Parts: sequence; structure tokens; C-alpha cells
Amino acid sequence: MADHDTAPGTAKELGAFLERRREQIAQRWADAALFRTVFTVSRDEAVEACKAVLDALADVSRSGRLEDVEAPGFGTVRDQLGRMAAARARAGFTPVQIAGEVAGLREPVTALLRAEFQDDADDERVTACTQALAVLTSTLRLVIMETTVSAGEELIARQRQQLLEVATPVIKLWDGVVAVPLIGTLDSARSQVVMESLLEAIVDQRAAYAILDITGVPTVDSLVAQHLMKTVAAARLMGAECIVSGIRPAIAQTIVQLGIDLGSIITRAGLADALAYALTQQGIVVSARPVTEAGPR
Amino acid sequence: MHAPITSTTRLPIGSDADLAWVRQQVRQAAADLGFNLVQQTKLVTAASELARNALVHGGGGHMEMTVLAEGAHRGLRLSFVDAGPGIRDVELAMTDGYTTGGGLGMGLSGAKRLVKEFTLDTRPGQGTTVTIVDWVSGLPAPRTGAP
Repeated sequence: MADHDTAPGTAKELGAFLERRREQIAQRWADAALFRTVFTVSRDEAVEACKAVLDALADVSRSGRLEDVEAPGFGTVRDQLGRMAAARARAGFTPVQIAGEVAGLREPVTALLRAEFQDDADDERVTACTQALAVLTSTLRLVIMETTVSAGEELIARQRQQLLEVATPVIKLWDGVVAVPLIGTLDSARSQVVMESLLEAIVDQRAAYAILDITGVPTVDSLVAQHLMKTVAAARLMGAECIVSGIRPAIAQTIVQLGIDLGSIITRAGLADALAYALTQQGIVVSARPVTEAGPR
Repeated sequence: MHAPITSTTRLPIGSDADLAWVRQQVRQAAADLGFNLVQQTKLVTAASELARNALVHGGGGHMEMTVLAEGAHRGLRLSFVDAGPGIRDVELAMTDGYTTGGGLGMGLSGAKRLVKEFTLDTRPGQGTTVTIVDWVSGLPAPRTGAP
């Protein structure tokens, strides 16, 4: 931003000022919610945290890279800033509110700056310094936002990984019968995980029948159908017969009109029907106990 | 002409996650307009196929979703736009089972069967736009306006 260009001299002066007034600024910042609510062990702890941030800002000023979020000076406090932002976010503050709190740190510094230059006749120097300070605080704000966003992205990636594992349990329904209730979107990554855990379960349980229940899959398009077919084919190679259950009427009509041929796959409307099929095929008959043997009621 | 009654919603198609978002948004819009469950499922499935085509073959693009009104009839128009290589042989691409991407080859032809109106506009080297329209009643609104 050309209109915010700060002369190197001004930046250095600001750096020197921050260093000189380190103690006073830290004392004022320590009472700001951003520090007070995060460093709760003692006030001294909060003051120390403030000083760490101030040292970083002074360092950045001296290097003259007021607008550079990548300035090496920020490196030392990046972790701390990330923790602060994360703590405020956990307390229910939105990124915008956190950014507002960071911007609020400028006010006490500006006041000190004006007080120090009060007797100085050179108005331009004061203005230049406060402007440099404004640039520096907005850069600090960006740095904090950046750490928040990247922390959020890491969290999402981690949760996605967890979802992959959590969402594909293989359940033993009967001796030799395993089932996977599929829930949500069946993309390539998910179907790969499903296939692996199903094939493992077929080996572990010595299952002759595997049921894929798609009750919880909202959309069955040609890719999902292809994934299902591949899983069925792989199970078949392992010596297990695969049954796809949980096909809702709307899905059935859509599959037919889409032109997908599931004719080679055994399908049943519900999971219970699929289990009944698997049991019948194995010659297992499940019947209610005859009333005469049930004893008096 | 179909008169749009609301502004067009534009959704990006750039990743698998975007496809899921497209499906959810189409399902929501279709449900809000009063499409029955079978129609909703067909429309969402067609959208899923076409959005994936835009992603896999077109290298990504976007979907435009517009609510239509013709008299009392409500409809939904979905346009899938990509700036990919285009389709050289449309007739071949519309053939059941023909695929260049390792799929089942049912996406384009299947999507056409799932909706009332289907138009494909492609220019080699400039991209492809597939537009589908479906109406709540299941029938296109009668043409009005002729004296």
C-alpha cells in the first residue's frame, strides 16, 4: 500500500519507542481481555506475554518491515498469538471480534506516544509515528488471523481423517454374516476405506455373507454405484457373497432411469431382509419359540 | 420464456467437497420449492453427475442455480459451466457406457434421462455448459402468451 509507506527512520523510531516504553505498555495491555483471559495463572504471566509480543513488534519495526506478515520478528510469538486467538475463539468470539480486540491494543500505545511527544513541536513526527503504529497493528492483526485460519484448516483436515475411520464400522450380525452401514457421501476415499475394512472383516470373521447397507447414503449416482460394484466384486473374490440393502424407492427409480445395471448384485430393500436372505442361504431358521414351551405367562 | 423470480445462486465446482455442497444446496432448493422425494432424488443425482463431469473432464467450473416461475408452476434451472477442453463428439459422449474418465459412462446420458429439459453447449477448447431444468409438477408448464 503506497500511501502507507513508512520512512525507515520513522519505523526505527517506533521500534525504539516500543522498547523504551516496554514496561508501561505491557502493564496496560495485561488488563486487555485478549491477554487477561488467556494468561490466567497470574498477572505477571500476562505481563510477560505482552512483553514477548512487544519485543516482536519492536523487532519488526527495527527491521522496517511494518507491513510484512512474514517478517522474522513475528516468528518468535507466532505460537503464542495462535494460542491466544484459539483461546478467544473457544470462549465464543468470532474472528472479527478477535481482530477487533487486537486493534484495541493500539489505543494505549498511541496515548503513550502522544504523551511522550507532547512537548515536541514537530507534529509531523508524531503523526508519522502513530501512522506507523497503525500499520504495525494491522499487520499484527493479519498475523493473528493467519494463525487462526491455518489452525482451523489443520483441524478440518484432522477431523476429515477421523471421519473416514469412524464412519465405517463393520458389524458382525451373525456367525458368518458381517454388515457395513454406510452413512453420508460415498466418495473415492471413503469407499476405499469401506472396502478395506469390509475385506478385513470378511477374513477375520470368516464371513460368507457381507451386507452393504446404503440407507444412510443420500445420493446414489453412477460413481457411488461403481464404488458399490467394485466392493461387491472384491468381496466375491474373497469368497463372500455381498448383499446391498437399504435401497429406498426414490433411489431405486433414480438408479433405473440413470441406466445403471445392478442386476449382478443381490439387493434387498432393508437390512432385515438382507439378513434373512443370508440366514436362509446358510440353512439357518430363526423362529419364534413355540407358545407351549414358553411356560406360563 | 421462463422468468427467473429470484437471483441466481452460483456455487464453485473445484473439489470433491464442492460436489457434496452442490448436492446439498440443490436438494435444499428442490425441497423448498416443493419437489417430491423422487424428483428431488433424480435432480440431485443428475446434478451430482454433471458437477462431477465439470470437475473431472472440465477441470472445474461452477454451477448456477436459478428458481423459475411460469404462472403457478415452479421450477429449478441448473447450469454447469466449465472452461475445459470441450466435448469433441457429443453424440458419442451421450452414448450409454462411453467413458473417457474410467467411470461407468452413464453420467451424461443418465442425467438427461433424469430431468425434463437438457441442453448441452460445447465448444472445443472453450468449455462446456450443460443446463437442466425440472418443474415441480413433473410436467413443463403450458406455453402461455400466444394470442
